[in-house]
Amino acid sequence: MQHIITALVENRFGVLANISSLFSARGFNIDSLAVGETHDPSISRMTIVVTGDDRIIQQVMKQLNKMIDTIRVSDLTEEAHVERELMLIKMGHTPKTRAEIVQLVEIFKGRIIDFNPRDLSVEIVGSSDKILAFMDIMRSFGIKEVARTGRVALPRG
Amino acid sequence: MDKTGAEILVEGLEKEGVDVMFGYPGGAILDICDCLCKSKIRFILTRHEQGAAHAADGFARSTGRVGVCMATSGPGATNLVTGIATAYMDSVPMVAITGQVPTSMIGNDAFQEADMVGITRPITKYNYLVKDVMDLPRIIKEAFFIASTGRPGPVLIDIPKDIQRAVYKNYSYPEKIDMRSYKPVYEGHPNQIEKAAKAIEKSKKPLLYCGGGAIISGAHEEILKLAEKCDIPVTMTLLGLGCFPGNHPLALNMLGMHGTQYANFATAETDLIIAVGARFDDRVTGKIDEFAPNAQGRVIHIDIDPSAISKNIQVSVPIVGDCKKVLSDLLKVVKPLKHPEWVKQIREWKEKFPLKYKNDDDLLRPQYIVEKIYEITKGDAIIVTEVGQNQMWAAHYYQYSKPRTFLSSGGLGTMGYGFPAAIGAKVAHPDKLVIDVAGDGSIQMNIQEMATAVINNIDVKIVILNNAFLGMVRQWQELFYQREYAFTDLVRYIDKDITTEDIKKDPSLFLPNFVKLAEAYDALGLRVTKKEEVTPALEKAFSSPKVAIVECIVEREENVFPMIPGGASVKQMIGGMA
Ligand SMILES: Cc1ncc(C[n+]2csc(CCOP(=O)(O)OP(=O)(O)O)c2C)c(N)n1
Repeated sequence: MQHIITALVENRFGVLANISSLFSARGFNIDSLAVGETHDPSISRMTIVVTGDDRIIQQVMKQLNKMIDTIRVSDLTEEAHVERELMLIKMGHTPKTRAEIVQLVEIFKGRIIDFNPRDLSVEIVGSSDKILAFMDIMRSFGIKEVARTGRVALPRG
Repeated sequence: MDKTGAEILVEGLEKEGVDVMFGYPGGAILDICDCLCKSKIRFILTRHEQGAAHAADGFARSTGRVGVCMATSGPGATNLVTGIATAYMDSVPMVAITGQVPTSMIGNDAFQEADMVGITRPITKYNYLVKDVMDLPRIIKEAFFIASTGRPGPVLIDIPKDIQRAVYKNYSYPEKIDMRSYKPVYEGHPNQIEKAAKAIEKSKKPLLYCGGGAIISGAHEEILKLAEKCDIPVTMTLLGLGCFPGNHPLALNMLGMHGTQYANFATAETDLIIAVGARFDDRVTGKIDEFAPNAQGRVIHIDIDPSAISKNIQVSVPIVGDCKKVLSDLLKVVKPLKHPEWVKQIREWKEKFPLKYKNDDDLLRPQYIVEKIYEITKGDAIIVTEVGQNQMWAAHYYQYSKPRTFLSSGGLGTMGYGFPAAIGAKVAHPDKLVIDVAGDGSIQMNIQEMATAVINNIDVKIVILNNAFLGMVRQWQELFYQREYAFTDLVRYIDKDITTEDIKKDPSLFLPNFVKLAEAYDALGLRVTKKEEVTPALEKAFSSPKVAIVECIVEREENVFPMIPGGASVKQMIGGMA
């Protein structure tokens, strides 16, 4: 099962390397990892999406907790939380497809953030499902490039 | 006061109570060397950085204090790696200091640059690259704190040369430490302790299973009290030896792959495992599904490291905390108990299936030598081992009754650990007899430390059980590879069939000649080929003020039994049956 784990860590040199080496050394599979400074510049928040059975997730949590630089770790999967992912996607377009693309972007509440005669770039924010759905639809228009942030999440309440 | 990075480091080491350290110099650490030689700290120059790391480890294991080693950048630092990994696997408190190329050159593949923070990431509890001299005092303070608290482990501090020379104006060493991200838990949860007491009271065949954590936390008295109060037999892992008197009626000694039969029978029978600072390592459990079948769902696990709990087996009562603390709290709530049937059963097993070896002829066997070491020292020595058969025999035929008197590389199984670790232990305990029980293969891995020992008058005693084989590997080849002794024969002419008798008659059939080697280092060298020579030679070596090597030419193909092959269960135990 896929779990979404959030960790507050010291914003220090080497922390990201420590986390990724922890995952690779133990053979855990990270689906995505997003890191950014919080309102306190000395603390970063990591959102880690990882797939595994209960035993593996338990170990992931324990190993994260064991890291000297982690301040707090929580598994949000079963808790009320909000989560978002952002995708930038670049597609080709022609006079024939342009209108349809624009319409789909609107339906998905996306934004066109770059436009030139050959291609256009769209920003989509939402759940991973929504992002995947949009990407699927866009395949027929010819996707040129995709960049995704991975999920970020916060507990609710 | 204004101080340079190097001065801050040396003062920090002094403030942290370091009075001895082991190391090796080089260009990137010259500033620190220059300050150190003017300080009160005793610096022991080894002959290889690996020796320095193991010596710091031996110092730490034999005392519980942080061991400190030091090396220059690049090759010096990478030479520490095996020693750091050894300490990491066995949770040994250590601080390793390495020089690094100047900050401006980091990442340029500069001369003698190695990314030590990257290399040691998976084998340290924590590591630091110091980028600003202003961080150095805090880093030193933190390093010692992290190394020695919670589940201990090695911490590396990599200090670029320019930081060693940089000046910190109005410097002061921090008095206190506060890390919001690192707060080890020492107190066990009272509800869990209550639950554990209930489980113990319900059990008919409880078993204490104690590992290295029991020794680290100093829980030996509490283990003895609990065992006696609740009439519970005690088995130990290799690293747990010494946490419970080996000759106590409730002692089952070691369990697992080379455990005693009675310990493994008891594990197969028990209905409740009380694990204390042990981690259900595969050398202990064998086939995990068949481990302790009657205790499934009835496992109490006390450990300071939450990630050690429920890692390999399902635990019903996890208790995160310091073993000593938790056990003393448990002792307050658990009722006194008696298990006459169970204890009687154990006693019968112990009588019927003792550890034994063939001792009714004149042949010199390694087990005999370890028994004699025990007899002569009356168990009052610090025994350090190398890795292989020598290690197992040292575990089997010497009864450990005190913690920190048996030092051995368990987790990593590092050949070459014993001798330098013995040096570290002897430095910490100058009045104790410190003996390295060695194999002829392992001892050659750090034999260069003879110079360190002799020059510094660190008179450790090395007893080499010389079978002219990489014995433990040869044993596996005998048992599982049709006696094809590939790359394990250490005699001079491997195409000839050289017997134990041949080597006894002609020492030149084995290289090196350990007696001459000892003499070359101005140490005492003795060679033993017969049973009756063992005691006199050991007595002579042990009472000599010199560093000594006692080389014993033992039966070449002696095996360590009993043995449960890797990944098997107690049912597949081989050897040692009555
Ligand atoms: C550094 C290192 N290399 C290889 C091994 C694999 N190994 C384990 S035991 C052993 C043989 C040890 O031989 P020796 O020191 O002569 O001891 P004996 O088993 O004969 O007592 C070897 C090669 C190891 N544990 N450590």
